[in-house]
Parts: sequence; structure tokens; C-alpha cells
Amino acid sequence: MFTGIAIHSVYVLDQEEALAFYVDTLGLEVTSDVDMGFMRWLTVAVPGQPERRILLEVPGPPSMSEETAAQVRSLVTRGALGTAAILTTDDCRATYAALAAKGVEFTEKPTEQPYGIDCALRDPFGNHLRITQEVPVRDITDDDLRRWGGA
Amino acid sequence: MFTPAEDENRRLLRARDAIDREYSAPLDVPSLAAVAYMSPAHFARRFRAVFGETPYRYLQRRRIERACALLRDTSEPVTDVARTVGYDSLGTFSRTFTAVVGRSPTRYRQDARPVPAPVCFTKAWTRPSSFGEASPAARP
Repeated sequence: MFTGIAIHSVYVLDQEEALAFYVDTLGLEVTSDVDMGFMRWLTVAVPGQPERRILLEVPGPPSMSEETAAQVRSLVTRGALGTAAILTTDDCRATYAALAAKGVEFTEKPTEQPYGIDCALRDPFGNHLRITQEVPVRDITDDDLRRWGGA
Repeated sequence: MFTPAEDENRRLLRARDAIDREYSAPLDVPSLAAVAYMSPAHFARRFRAVFGETPYRYLQRRRIERACALLRDTSEPVTDVARTVGYDSLGTFSRTFTAVVGRSPTRYRQDARPVPAPVCFTKAWTRPSSFGEASPAARP
């Protein structure tokens, strides 16, 4: 029935600052930047993957009341709106080093996990992003079973 | 770009991220308050107001959550797990762990199963909190 995920929205507090971060710093590219009068339709994507876009949306009227927008802004800056995106890379440690040198605010250094190597960062507004170098999930081993008391 | 309240949120979030990142270090309120550019007393009050628990409680439960992950995902001895997450005393670690989780570290390890989700979700959803324990379904 479905063929993919085309766009998901991330609330940002300022689209110019969002552009500076997501494009100039992270290296994503602009796929749409259209002033539609009622809103600025601004999407970015990983280079070479224009079919999978992130809409950088500013909360505010008339989409929502000023009061609701203030609540959303508060949640963004408290880091309470979940994970904005999990980006994949072929080399997590090199990506971390390159972005850290640009002053990106990392919340986790690259760490080996069962599913790969990943690290985490925040955008200027408080949104959480992860960068993952994926590996195939490993099978459960006899050592796991012994440790769990099942063998 | 930020209102004063949002700017305060953002600075407090940086301090909370520092706890999440450096939980094994001997963190204290003055050093965390410095991250947020606040006085220690104001920081402690505002952290609790914004995140619903004190910085110390947040740190303690982050350490316990990370201990759970190590017990679940590695074969490290409990003594090493305690030290890795910031406890010098095995006795203090075991008492705190049992009080928060409801089981001893050894028993927890026996019962635990791997969590097939990126670590950020595990950290967010399995950290016991003072305003609501992880749901039974989410608890590994």
C-alpha cells in the first residue's frame, strides 16, 4: 500500500538559524524553500536522498494559537519533543570529529552499541538527533543464554 | 530567537545533557550550575521546576539506568558496573540499585533481556524517575 516516508516535520524556532545548522553545519541540502505567504515551506534532505525530506517548521499562528506555540517552543527547548531524526553514516567517529570541530553540541560521543556505533547531538533549539553507523544486529549467543539463566 | 524562559530551558537542558554524558564523574550542583550559567541555588530550583526532579535525583537514576544497561548487555562483574557508572562503594550501589529498581543487581541481570532499540530510547524510557517509574511493558 505505502511506498515510503516522504516528509516528516521538525519544529524549529527560527528557519534561518535552522538552515545554518542543518545545511551549513550538518551538510544536508535544501530541497524546497518556498514562501507560500502563510508559511515558508522549507525542507532539507541528505544529499542524494531528496525523496526523504525533513520539513523545518516554525510553530505559530494560524496553524496553532500563540499560547499553543509558546507551549511547543517550551517543549522544544526542554528537549521534550523526542528524536528529530536518526541520520546514518558510514563512519560515525569521523563524522563526530568533523562536526565537533564545527562546534556542534554533542550529548553523546561515538559509542559501540549492539546495532552499530552511534552518537547524539542537539540542534540549536534543543531537538535531539542521532548519527548511527549501522551494523547487522547480532544473534543471541549461548553466552547470553547462560548469563540470563536460560541454559 | 529565544524568549528568556526558552533561553533558560535551553541552558538547563545543556546541564541535563552534561549529566547524561558525564554521569560517571563526581558531578555536583555548582559545576552543573556553571554549565547553565546560573547560581547553584537558582539552578537547583529551576532544574526541578523544568524537569520535575532535582539534579541529584536525575543523576542518581541516570546512573542506575546505565547500570541496568551494563548488567543487561555485558558480562562485567557487578563491582565493575558500579564503578563504571560512578559508585565507589559497592554497598552504596547495591542499596541504591535495589531501592530504585526493586531487585538486586544480580537478580536484575538474571531476569534481563536485550532491548532492541537505539540507546537514546532505552535511556529515555528505562530511566526510573521520581515522577513515574518506567512502565512494566517498557522495563527490560
